[in-house]
Amino acid sequence: MANSTVREIGNEPKTSKMNLLQAINSGLDIAMATDQRVICLGEDIGQFGGVFRATSNLQKKYGNQRCFNTPITEQGIVGFAIGLAAQGSVPVAEIQFADYIFPAFDQIVNEAAKYRYRSGDEFNCGGLTIRTPYGGGIDGGLYHSQSPEAYFCHTPGLKVVMPSNAYQAKGLLLSAIRDPDPVIFFEPKAIYRASVGQVPEGDYEIPLGIAEVVQQGTDITLLGWGAQMVQIIKAAELAAADGISCEIIDLRSLLPWDRDCVAQSVTKTGRLLISHEAPLTGGYAGEIAASIQEHCFLSLEAPISRVTGLDTPFPLIYEKHYLPDHLKIFEAIVATRNY
Amino acid sequence: MLYSGTILAVNNIVGHIAQLKLKKLAYYAINAYFYGCILGRLAGFARDLHANLRSQYKGHSIKIIRPQKWIYLRCSVTMKIAPNLSPAKRAPKFEDGSSLRIPSLQILNQDGSVIAGATVPDLSRAQATKIYSDMLYIRMLDERMQSAQRQGRLSFYMTCTGEEASVAGTIAAFQPQDMAMAQYREHLVLRYRGFTTAQFMNQLFGNLDDLGKGRQMPVHYGSRELNIMTISSPLATQIPQASGYAYGQKLKGKDACTLCYFGEGAASEGDFHAGLNMAAVLNCPVVFVVRNNGYAISTSCAEQFATDGIAPRGPGYGIKTIRVDGNDILAVYAASVEARRIATQEQRPVFIETMSYRLGAHSTSDDPSGYRSKQEEQIWRDKDPIQRMKNWLIAQRWWTEESDTDLQKSYRTEILAELKLAEQRDKPPLGDLITDVYKSVPTHLLEQFQELEAHIAKYPDHYSV
Repeated sequence: MANSTVREIGNEPKTSKMNLLQAINSGLDIAMATDQRVICLGEDIGQFGGVFRATSNLQKKYGNQRCFNTPITEQGIVGFAIGLAAQGSVPVAEIQFADYIFPAFDQIVNEAAKYRYRSGDEFNCGGLTIRTPYGGGIDGGLYHSQSPEAYFCHTPGLKVVMPSNAYQAKGLLLSAIRDPDPVIFFEPKAIYRASVGQVPEGDYEIPLGIAEVVQQGTDITLLGWGAQMVQIIKAAELAAADGISCEIIDLRSLLPWDRDCVAQSVTKTGRLLISHEAPLTGGYAGEIAASIQEHCFLSLEAPISRVTGLDTPFPLIYEKHYLPDHLKIFEAIVATRNY
Repeated sequence: MLYSGTILAVNNIVGHIAQLKLKKLAYYAINAYFYGCILGRLAGFARDLHANLRSQYKGHSIKIIRPQKWIYLRCSVTMKIAPNLSPAKRAPKFEDGSSLRIPSLQILNQDGSVIAGATVPDLSRAQATKIYSDMLYIRMLDERMQSAQRQGRLSFYMTCTGEEASVAGTIAAFQPQDMAMAQYREHLVLRYRGFTTAQFMNQLFGNLDDLGKGRQMPVHYGSRELNIMTISSPLATQIPQASGYAYGQKLKGKDACTLCYFGEGAASEGDFHAGLNMAAVLNCPVVFVVRNNGYAISTSCAEQFATDGIAPRGPGYGIKTIRVDGNDILAVYAASVEARRIATQEQRPVFIETMSYRLGAHSTSDDPSGYRSKQEEQIWRDKDPIQRMKNWLIAQRWWTEESDTDLQKSYRTEILAELKLAEQRDKPPLGDLITDVYKSVPTHLLEQFQELEAHIAKYPDHYSV
């Protein structure tokens, strides 16, 4: 854990073993308990607790005025939440799968992202947080697997956050909810239950916009976010067995992103590999690569490598072949080292 | 053995049925979806669920459908709980758009006389003359600014001409603490709440004193102080936002509601459906006003919808709905007073359709002669809402032709004077380019701005500031 970046509230936090979903649930619970203005809304999130159980027991605890089901209308959910935020509430809207966020694209991109700017700060919807599970790994095919982060990273006014484990999920979620700007919080559903760790039971925040150096190394920098960190760490272990020392960075926040942290690392290692599940063309790795070659051109000893999904819709039968797994990353590490 | 999640699912369904029972429906059909937690154990879970529900609802038909999918179980439970309350049909007879005809409320004749049997709403002389003066002001403003645009002094403008009563009659029935969210043709709302001529001009010219810091095209007004949400160009986006805003007001227990305007064209957008349905389901104190003015740019109503206007959709959502003659100030006002009472006291949404006509062009970039006739326009010019209200005020002995001429003259003078001042006022500082994107300016934006400043310093003549 990068304790240096964590602002703990209270001393010596009591921790317990939680998976990523339980950590999200705990974060929401604390957000609702500490701020009466926090409201959870979305499809099936009420009594049922959400299709993944991220909102379990919240309605029971805080009542059906502060935690409620909505009709199936993503543009309605986000529009409604923007109105709530403008009025002074702190809405946490759930979009059941990131694949279904697109009906709300206009509300997110044209409304939420521009609310403060277009009104000259007369109004804002900064209290808004949109939570949504993203990514493959569950045999979900085209419409239960996508990673649409790049679309939103192209929109000034939004913040985009993607945690990679239970500890991060809770700390980043609490920051996102309390942040004065609208945040899209992508949750890695592939590791909702698989990611288990010691998580403080109490209140803590991990600041947005700051990356985490997961492992120090000297030969190459490996960069990722969300569920992809699992593959990156596995690949780094394979590389270590081959005598390659990898520095691993978990970006955590994509917009704004911690360029200084990445640039500093690449200046040291001379090589960069970026991996994400989303397709290659127009993916966020392209933005990072362009920015890093600009800032670290003289330090680079090999082209920046991108290990990503293919430029196809997310497949079903060949999901395993499509995904940028640890073996593909390992091969790219070796190729970059030997360039 | 009992599968995990069964009890939760059963409770969920029982809860839904209890809610539906309150609505006294004959049939209860519940669609429940169960994902994740029961992956791989759907068959057992479905059996459990069925057994549980059967024990709770003996004698009723319960059907659980399990599609051959591995993503989730779709559990559809259909029950006949109460005797069928509506008369059964014995032959297939379908309903269509003509099944629901909604009449229009009218109180005033065009000559200002009150229609026999109509009830005149309680409106004091002071308030009536304020409403009228503001309608007249907006007519003057629109004329002046349209010419200013034609003279090349202003980039763009949109008029309210012909629809003044639809806007004035609604806003006048609301309280200052009520939020107003408009589309873009409702600047009368701002005038009514005290937006000054200078404030209008500052926005139109995007100068230093524009509350919106010169960031939006003309007519995108907004004011926190007056509880009027800043206009955005995308159509209908304000509708679900208004529902959410109203829900927030309700949670805080305020004697306040939200007033939301849009046009009949915007009602074709998905956000219309989303916003009205959510307002109805979540009991939001919001009053929706659709200004049916006949045209969306060049597209007439006939090409926009196949039904009798927009109003029949209201009851479809379970929303109390009224249609009014939008050129009749007293009809609009009377309906709006009752609408606000329902919204705030009964804590539920209301829907008003005002029937009117966009006498002007869509905007200064549009020319209606390409899609409608002068004769058609004349029919509506003869129903001018300002003339109708003036006729009524004169009949009340609350107004004279002389005071009308004097007021027009003084408004014109004031508008022209403020226009001259506003167009000469400085532009907002260049630094405003990067503020308010976020609450605080992030590093990457500061860097980009510094690069821009350095570039401008090199070519100062090309980039006037």
